[in-house]
Amino acid sequence: MLKINNLHASVEGTEILRGVNLEVKPGEVHAIMGPNGSGKSTLSSVIAGREDYEITQGNIQFEKEDLLDLGPDERAQKGIFLSFQYPVEIPGVTVTNFLKTSINELRKARGEEPLPANKLLKKMREKMGLLDMDKSFLSRSLNEGFSGGEKKRNEIFQMAMLEPKLGILDETDSGLDIDALRVVAKGVNTLRTKDNAIILITHYQRLLDHIEPDYVHVLSQGKIVKSGNKELALELEEHGYDWLKEPAV
Amino acid sequence: MEALKDKLESSFIVFENELNGHAQTPVHQKRRAAMQRFEDMGFPTKRDEEWKYTSLKPILKHDYRLFPNEENSVDFSQIKKYFLNDVDAYKLVFIDGVYSSWLSETTHERFDVCTFSSMLNKFSDVANEYFGQALPEYEALSSLNTAFAREGAFIRIKKSQAADKPIQVLFFTTEHGQEVMTQPRNLILLEENAEATITERHQSLSDKPVLTNSATEIFVERHARLCYHKIQNDNGQASLIDNTSIRQKGESSVTLGTYSFGNRFIRNNLNFFLDEEHCESHLDGITIGDDQQLIDHHTLVDHKVPHCYSNELYKGIYDDKAHGVFNGKVMVHPHAQKTNAFQQNNNVLLTDKASVDTKPQLEIYADDVACSHGCTIGQLDDQALFYLMTRGIARREAQALLLYAFANDGLRNVKLPELRKKLNRMIAKKLNVNLDFEL
Repeated sequence: MLKINNLHASVEGTEILRGVNLEVKPGEVHAIMGPNGSGKSTLSSVIAGREDYEITQGNIQFEKEDLLDLGPDERAQKGIFLSFQYPVEIPGVTVTNFLKTSINELRKARGEEPLPANKLLKKMREKMGLLDMDKSFLSRSLNEGFSGGEKKRNEIFQMAMLEPKLGILDETDSGLDIDALRVVAKGVNTLRTKDNAIILITHYQRLLDHIEPDYVHVLSQGKIVKSGNKELALELEEHGYDWLKEPAV
Repeated sequence: MEALKDKLESSFIVFENELNGHAQTPVHQKRRAAMQRFEDMGFPTKRDEEWKYTSLKPILKHDYRLFPNEENSVDFSQIKKYFLNDVDAYKLVFIDGVYSSWLSETTHERFDVCTFSSMLNKFSDVANEYFGQALPEYEALSSLNTAFAREGAFIRIKKSQAADKPIQVLFFTTEHGQEVMTQPRNLILLEENAEATITERHQSLSDKPVLTNSATEIFVERHARLCYHKIQNDNGQASLIDNTSIRQKGESSVTLGTYSFGNRFIRNNLNFFLDEEHCESHLDGITIGDDQQLIDHHTLVDHKVPHCYSNELYKGIYDDKAHGVFNGKVMVHPHAQKTNAFQQNNNVLLTDKASVDTKPQLEIYADDVACSHGCTIGQLDDQALFYLMTRGIARREAQALLLYAFANDGLRNVKLPELRKKLNRMIAKKLNVNLDFEL
């Protein structure tokens, strides 16, 4: 589904990703872990199409198509979703109107008719139940005045509504208390199917107690220095990242 | 500019001669005094402090016809789109400065919604008491309007009455094969504990340059409540100078919204005079300019007495080579203790060529007050744009959504759903997107 080959990316002349290789297949959950400043968030932004980064080498393929020529909106239309670490507040635009715009833009790109309002509302109610969200959410301005937990829940809610092929969760666990974490994890687990894939970007192992990954990768200094199964996450939890600092190659 | 001034002076003599017996009325004495003030002051130039960002030269160079001699009739179908849809309303419609009874819907039943000219004829006591009592004499352009004041809206909501329907005031200018200048004059009076919602709009139906020098005097007596909305969305050849002054008595509340999307040139001179304690004044504005538009807001809130509250919020979006001006003056006189006065002007510039001059001007002579002001000029947030685009929304729509979000709180006091909808549609159209904001 997603294939990243020798990806180098820099911002304002500073190289942040230094040859990342990663392959994600349908049905898989990959966790990318690493210390602060290792390039985790850069990697997720680059996959989603943030234009502030210059790609100096390598490529990203999604379903055998080159992603790098596409804008963030076109990538979303192909089925890529990024859950933001810091979702942006948009006053004056309600969650409902935002989702309606988003869903219908995605449908338009696929040549489908807009979703009728009653179907949209029904789907929203169903997905909100999944995430223990109050229906007052729908009429609030997007992320405005939301607590950290509400923002993250709202991100997963959007993912549930948009049903992407590939969901990238950038530090979704940060700032969540254990109850909120459980709810978010439950939501993500319900969305797991054999056809979609998830990349979890996280600093801590605790999210992985709730969402079990198939693979764990350690990103350090802009490269994946170690890959393994979920045991690797436990090892990291115990020993920290320092033992990996020496280049593994 | 001099040519137009000469023309106005000579047409004032013609105007006077037509008045016959009415030339001796107190109203006409005020007109004559106003003409004298205009002759002395002349058109403002960039040398005037209040006009240093805005030149009238380009709009005064035309050879305007002051009183179109042939009457053009207008079909309702031609102008339907300028009314609020799906709402029953009183309407005052003027074509080329002349009242159009068949397009209007007036009343004298429990209150008066009629014309300025019939007020002069029927209610000379009102004319003598209120005419010329709100607009400041130091304004050259409102003085010019006063000199020629003869037609426009007259609205009087009597004591403890609430207008049962919104009132729409519309001025149309039609094609005369030549540039046309009109000077509508409105008088609005809300007696004690009265209530009304009014919208005002000036619309040119001509491809030729049109200049409207409008003046409105509004008197809001004790405990009265007024919502007044100005829709400024005229075509690219039209220029508007809007002079509006409001006098508020104790415990009254006024909301005035100015929504400026169209026109080649707009200058708003908006004055609030708070004459008694516990007045509340809200001034809201959304301005979206593009191309070579010039949109200038000059506001004054004059706190003369203690315990009043004013809150001003103007949002501006400027694209292409558009130029905006915001000059917000707040005067707090020595006796006006416990004044609460807030002012905010936020702007987004979308290109390098767009510009805005913003100048908060707070003059505070009392020591126990809460006053604040803030002006910002910025660009769109890239991170927010990226966020929206990752949800499949194309750049143009994402940008419009963010601009809408930015400007949106300028609509905070628009309670009339039909007007809200109309303004939302205008904003979407101006931002060149088809976003359905209402679900």
